[in-house]
Amino acid sequence: MEHAVEQKAVPGLPRLGTPAPPFQAETTHGPIRLEDFKGSWLILFSHPADFTPVCTTEFLAFAEIAPELKQRNVELMGLSIDSTYSHIAWLRNIEQNFKKKIPFPIIADLNKEVAGLYGMIMPGESRTETSRCVFIIDPNGIVRAMIYYPLTTGRNMDEILRLIDALQTTDKHGVATPANWRPGDKVIVPPPKTAEAAEERVKAGYECVDWYFCKREEPK
Amino acid sequence: MACINVDGTLVASARTLLVNLVEPRSAEEASARTGLPLYRVRASLREFLQAGLVVEANGTYLLTDVGRKRLAGQG
Repeated sequence: MEHAVEQKAVPGLPRLGTPAPPFQAETTHGPIRLEDFKGSWLILFSHPADFTPVCTTEFLAFAEIAPELKQRNVELMGLSIDSTYSHIAWLRNIEQNFKKKIPFPIIADLNKEVAGLYGMIMPGESRTETSRCVFIIDPNGIVRAMIYYPLTTGRNMDEILRLIDALQTTDKHGVATPANWRPGDKVIVPPPKTAEAAEERVKAGYECVDWYFCKREEPK
Repeated sequence: MACINVDGTLVASARTLLVNLVEPRSAEEASARTGLPLYRVRASLREFLQAGLVVEANGTYLLTDVGRKRLAGQG
């Protein structure tokens, strides 16, 4: 017996490959619109609350990779349901205690407007805090990747950098990237879509296990 | 307001940006000259326009007399 799979679209929630919901928000760098990031990649991420230990480790870690992201034309912007004053006090506290300046803006989403647009609140976890969400938005404003972590678990910066590298490699060379791919590793040649192309693929000089599974060196 | 303090004075990054608009420049050019991130330049230019400190024409921004006076601490 077949079961009908019904999937109701939730209006406004971002989907991969669709435009990121536009917004204007108060931040620690003043009012910022999503469109201000046009031409750059953007990592928009939420954290549960200021002055909490896991979030502090994450902010230190994001600040640590910020220069590497900059080299890749990637900007960072945080978000939580705290006030600008709370954000400023926390950032100053981090600088004082950990000797690290947080170089990116943080949205003060007191009315939960942006959190609502992006589905950052998981009521099963908390109705008053945003979970650890990451939205990677490309220079054209398209949502390219989403990562959700629970309140208890700090994010992995290596994976975020790896994901950015993978997306940029895909865009630049029209390839896909295999599991655990790292820059410099071989990349996947997208599978052929016709029988004729499959026939040609195995003779094309790639490193093929079979017609649908071919790798090549990462293009320079 | 992120660039203009409540007493009307300009924050340091705003002054840096305005000084670079004595000649018409695009947001991208202003970002390259000042080292400020492009998103921040765009947000600041929006604020400058609202305050009458710059005018925009064909995608370039130019300091106004109001902006000059504000830079000189007279506005």
